[in-house]
Amino acid sequence: MSLDTVAKAIANPDTPQPFAELGLKADEYASIKEILGRRPTSSELAMYSVMWSEHCSYKSSKVHLKQFGEKAVKTDALLVGIGENAGVVDVGQGYAVTFKIESHNHPSFIEPYQGAATGVGGIVRDILTMGARPIAVMDPLRFGPADAADTRRVLPGIVAGVGGYGNCLGLPNIGGEVVFDETYLGNPLVNALCVGVMKHSDIKLAKAAGAGNLVVLYGAKTGGDGIGGVSVLASETFESKGPAKRPAVQVGDPFVEKVLIECSLEIFAEDLVVGIQDLGGAGLSCATSELASGGSGGMKVQLDKVPLRDPSLSPEEILMSESQERMCAIVEPSKIDRFLEICKKWDVTSTVIGEVTDGNHLEITFNGELIVDVPPRTVAHDGPVYNRPLAKPDYIDLVAKEVINPPLPSTAAEIKEAILKIAATPNLADKSWVTDQYDRYVQGNTIQSQPDDSGMVRIDEKTHLGVAVATDANANWSYLNPYEGAKLALAEAARNIATAGAKPLAVTNCLNFGSPEDPGVMWQFAESVRGLADGCLEMGLPVTGGNVSFYNQTGTVAILPTPVIGVLGVIEDVRTRTPMSFKEAGLELFLLGATDENLSGSEWAYIHGMRGGIAPTADLQREMRLIDLLVAGNKSALFTAAHDLSQGGLAISLIEMVLRHNVGATIAIDDVGNSLVSETPGRVVVAVQAEKSGELETLAAQHSIPVAKIGTTGGDALVINDAAISLSELRTAHTETFKKLFG
Amino acid sequence: MKIGVVTFPGTLDDRDAARAVRYAGSEAIELWHDDADLKGVDAVILPGGFSYGDYLRCGAISRFSPVMEPLIAAAKGGMPLLGICNGFQVLAEAHLIPGALTRNQHLHFLCTDQKIRIENNTTAWTSSFSEGQELVIPLKNGEGSYQCDDETLKMLEGEGRIIARYVGENPNGSRNLIAGISNERGNIVGLMPHPEHAVDALTGPGTDGLGFFTSVLKTMVSGGMK
Amino acid sequence: MATIVVDVMLKPEILDPQGKAVASALPRLGFSFATDVRQGKRFEITVEGEPTAAQLAEVEIAAEKLLSNPVIENFTVRVEK
Repeated sequence: MSLDTVAKAIANPDTPQPFAELGLKADEYASIKEILGRRPTSSELAMYSVMWSEHCSYKSSKVHLKQFGEKAVKTDALLVGIGENAGVVDVGQGYAVTFKIESHNHPSFIEPYQGAATGVGGIVRDILTMGARPIAVMDPLRFGPADAADTRRVLPGIVAGVGGYGNCLGLPNIGGEVVFDETYLGNPLVNALCVGVMKHSDIKLAKAAGAGNLVVLYGAKTGGDGIGGVSVLASETFESKGPAKRPAVQVGDPFVEKVLIECSLEIFAEDLVVGIQDLGGAGLSCATSELASGGSGGMKVQLDKVPLRDPSLSPEEILMSESQERMCAIVEPSKIDRFLEICKKWDVTSTVIGEVTDGNHLEITFNGELIVDVPPRTVAHDGPVYNRPLAKPDYIDLVAKEVINPPLPSTAAEIKEAILKIAATPNLADKSWVTDQYDRYVQGNTIQSQPDDSGMVRIDEKTHLGVAVATDANANWSYLNPYEGAKLALAEAARNIATAGAKPLAVTNCLNFGSPEDPGVMWQFAESVRGLADGCLEMGLPVTGGNVSFYNQTGTVAILPTPVIGVLGVIEDVRTRTPMSFKEAGLELFLLGATDENLSGSEWAYIHGMRGGIAPTADLQREMRLIDLLVAGNKSALFTAAHDLSQGGLAISLIEMVLRHNVGATIAIDDVGNSLVSETPGRVVVAVQAEKSGELETLAAQHSIPVAKIGTTGGDALVINDAAISLSELRTAHTETFKKLFG
Repeated sequence: MKIGVVTFPGTLDDRDAARAVRYAGSEAIELWHDDADLKGVDAVILPGGFSYGDYLRCGAISRFSPVMEPLIAAAKGGMPLLGICNGFQVLAEAHLIPGALTRNQHLHFLCTDQKIRIENNTTAWTSSFSEGQELVIPLKNGEGSYQCDDETLKMLEGEGRIIARYVGENPNGSRNLIAGISNERGNIVGLMPHPEHAVDALTGPGTDGLGFFTSVLKTMVSGGMK
Repeated sequence: MATIVVDVMLKPEILDPQGKAVASALPRLGFSFATDVRQGKRFEITVEGEPTAAQLAEVEIAAEKLLSNPVIENFTVRVEK
């Protein structure tokens, strides 16, 4: 097979090229020819096709995402904002924390274990690339109905993959979500979050600066993994016949990544790199073009120097390969020997493949012949920007008219039945079947993990400084009102941070939507981004980065809009955190926040087949007052326990609290049915010592948050008015569901 | 007192083991797999993790590391040696203790706060406990099912070399609920659960694990294993 | 160039949960032929030219020392034609 060189491209301008098969539209192909002043070589075509794919270029989302920058609150805490591999925030005491969430949805449908595993691997590398030691992971997962055959196919593999990769890396899994809904059948969502920590001085950026500096590829050897995975898989929807795109899936090796992490951290500690980029989606195409764009402007690469696992790979394939566990570093010539020495110590393959140049050319040769000569920015940053048409879908006004009036329990028997039903329903049932497959102890700094409201890790063993992270989404509300839905998810994640006593500090997001070519979906996306941007501005929380996953649909049916919001917060002393539940009897239980009768989008309505209605309107001022209250109460050690209310309402929060340490509660509430199942946002259940109830009422009044006593702790049952459910019966209902479903 | 903690490529719980050593009052010394140098330590811990990615078999490649040569010699001479989880697997592959660790019966990785009972408190690593004492220690592994032939099992039981047993439901299919065993002399102990994760109630289920690390101090102070 | 194949299987008395899982999965896919399934490992070792008796003896030792765990596994060595 002869090489398609730049010379050949100039000499043969009319050679037909398979741009459509590679995922490029005709107008995009024409743009490339205009940029280069000639037809692209096949290698250049491969590069543009992956880098201009939706997944890499964000061409449909860019115009909307820039609101995060435009509406960003000015804060000194943000050390690195959007645009780099991950955002970085100052958490005090000289520490910087980086965190980000990403999706790996389509690969996980095709090959659940590897899809999920490489999703974890990818996000961990993004964090490592910032110069941080990864310290924890979280995994929000969404599946079709719990009893669907395809859920039984994908869930065990995905969970095993998340655990298999994360555990082997030595990263504690500190939380996540498991949600079931018809909408995700055929389109499971696997979002992976990673948190890393470093000192301010350690921050690394993805730029190739300094002409003459060396470009070093280190980590795993390059093979045929995921060739075209990015453009082929993530940028187009599935045909309804199911998983057939097998060859494009990447396969991960967590051991190689673990070694890569240790090796990289040693290299960082000795300050041996000028810039660094990990190889994720679009592999070398991405790393070289992004590093060059971010730095002096140019780069020369000898592609034949790339160490290969499969010697039969063509240059196009090498450029498109998504073999895992690879990093690209820019190293000054004076430091290269030491760099290579450290790699040797860890038995990590490392190869100098090029050098940084001045100017505007990314030049790639293969055995001496020039096969790529492009302006790097046009590949990495100046890809097409689409202003896709948006149109409010008809369903919005239609479903708003639906009356959401599921039957509500009122008699003792009905209350008991409802409680047991809620405890056992898959979305709310005990998730230990999943979370026991994750190591939560490794590194010895985990303070909170599943099933707590947020994950929390200590980052300084002497001062006990810690960070808390929570992820949340409510696709039901986003479906009814994407603008409010995003704000509500933001508020919920921030509230989950605050219940432990941590102060919310920064935001990341993973926006999972259907096809951007559908104006209705595009409208949902635009509204969600607008809601999140407005919400973050109002709450004073910067968006540090995130991820967009489009094309989550089979045929013409898109998933419910699912923007997953991650919030990170700081706590000065993890030892003083407010736990989720209580271990003693005689405490008083209070409900903070008012409850209304809107059941739209609630789990109770869902159980009764009602999906319409009107989403709540987010009241972020009230949410912020509640957050302040929770943080203030934690500081004065007012709360013995605090637990957030969300899907499943007061019912599931009480169930979770009493089962946590096997201490029951006696609850007395009016309008019991609605009180138990309502999901009015902005509410928390707290337990306080009886003598502190006055202090609580004062604090609540100061923050203009309604507070009402709902009961006391103690006993071996959950008693609600005249209904009593023994803890053992409750535990059985809560813990049997997953065992029955998944073995 | 100096306790060496070995790091193989892929070892994960070395830092945690070192922390536990410090909490127990000893000095933790880092030992590198590729270095045949025990640096004059008084005891050694092989920590948990996925050394060499569990390639081939768990611990199968680690056991041939340069550090293992002086380590095996020292252990055979009586130096206290504790293998935790992956470390237990290395000890078994190196034939310092009998039997083998195999895939969990239910095929899943399992991370749980496990109740165990100390059956033998005369070993170098269990002397701080009382016989029959029950502890809660995190168990987290995918290949923790202890297997051996009938003869070996009879010997272990007969000689009291099963130092800890799981209490309650068998978490992984281990024969006779074996959670940990020792060599004949009692200086080498293999333990599947992770005591280093139970040394601080802030980050673990309690402090039951500390006893393993204070035991070896006691043993050294009282003149080592006879 | 030749290939020496080492097959490693768990000893018959050792519980094989992976094999069991496979055996349970087959009928779910409509296959009823299996009364039992055991899962093992296969190593393909490439050597220059035809393998000598001495090399095969060495492979046996390598199989005993590294490729298998004699406590719980058996192995066979053969030359692939």
